Amino acid sequence: MDEALRSELSKQGIFTTTLEDVYNWGRKNSVWPLSFGLACCAIEMIAASMARFDLARFGAEVFRPSPRQADLMIVAGTVTKKMAPQVVRLYNQMPEPKYVIAMGACAISGGPFKQGYNVLKGIDRYIPVDVHIPGCPPRPEALLHAFMTLQAKIDEQALTGQFRPRHLVQDSPSEFPVPEFGEHDLEPPSNPDVWHPPALAKAE
Amino acid sequence: MQSPDNPYLLIIVLLLGAVGFGLLPLALAWLWAKKFSPPKPGQDKNAIYECGLESKGDAWIQFKSEYYLYAIIFLIFDVETIFLLPFAVAFTGLTVGAFIAMMVFLLLLVEGLFWAWQKGVLTWK
Repeated sequence: MDEALRSELSKQGIFTTTLEDVYNWGRKNSVWPLSFGLACCAIEMIAASMARFDLARFGAEVFRPSPRQADLMIVAGTVTKKMAPQVVRLYNQMPEPKYVIAMGACAISGGPFKQGYNVLKGIDRYIPVDVHIPGCPPRPEALLHAFMTLQAKIDEQALTGQFRPRHLVQDSPSEFPVPEFGEHDLEPPSNPDVWHPPALAKAE
Repeated sequence: MQSPDNPYLLIIVLLLGAVGFGLLPLALAWLWAKKFSPPKPGQDKNAIYECGLESKGDAWIQFKSEYYLYAIIFLIFDVETIFLLPFAVAFTGLTVGAFIAMMVFLLLLVEGLFWAWQKGVLTWK
């Protein structure tokens, strides 16, 4: 629909919309997170969901204990290499369309434990992360902001065309490969389809 | 309004409307899901466990039935302690008859314990 016509109509008190907008509006206001905490960030996530910060204002108060009923995974805390396969498997078990918020320094990069032999240096090595929140731990307000960012992202998601969500692309696989314990590290150490580290360029 | 030939016609029309009112949203949701939420099954997604761990071994394992006897004996002596406490509290004020009745009660239970001991129930095999 023509944008000018739409604004002209809305001036006359006639509001038009598309099915996609209504669908996304419903989806973004009813996100069900997986109740899944890994470390101290989970305490802030719990605080965000309780009365003082009240995540329910954004329609996300229904924390589901089963991945099959959840569509948002908040990776709240340090992902150890022992836990990483389970995180990926849980993500695989969630129904599409699904979203990931990496909460806290550990989940996005390994944080203060980055040098640790047993800590994964960011969950975005294995699963696609929609919103990263820095902080150690991030305050509940930061999680709320991340959630609002995710809502904006859902709102703009096109159902058709080139940028349609992954599950509507026929050829894309439904699951991400679960890493396994190798001799020294998780194998593979990252999923090249998901993880695109910035290339280091040497200064001449 | 002129009444229709068959008085039940209106009811049928209303019935169809009512059923359609219920079924139409379901059908629309089904069609929408067909188009915009196609099933994407996978090995992990269809797995039985929902805790992120892989299931190991067989679910059809057997539990030892001996535990049942332990549980029964525990329950009996657990109930006995409930009687023992008021017995101990009221001990100085009890009559001889009440004391003997309590002792008989205790004797019966201790007898049972000896019986279980003799049968070898208390030894975990």
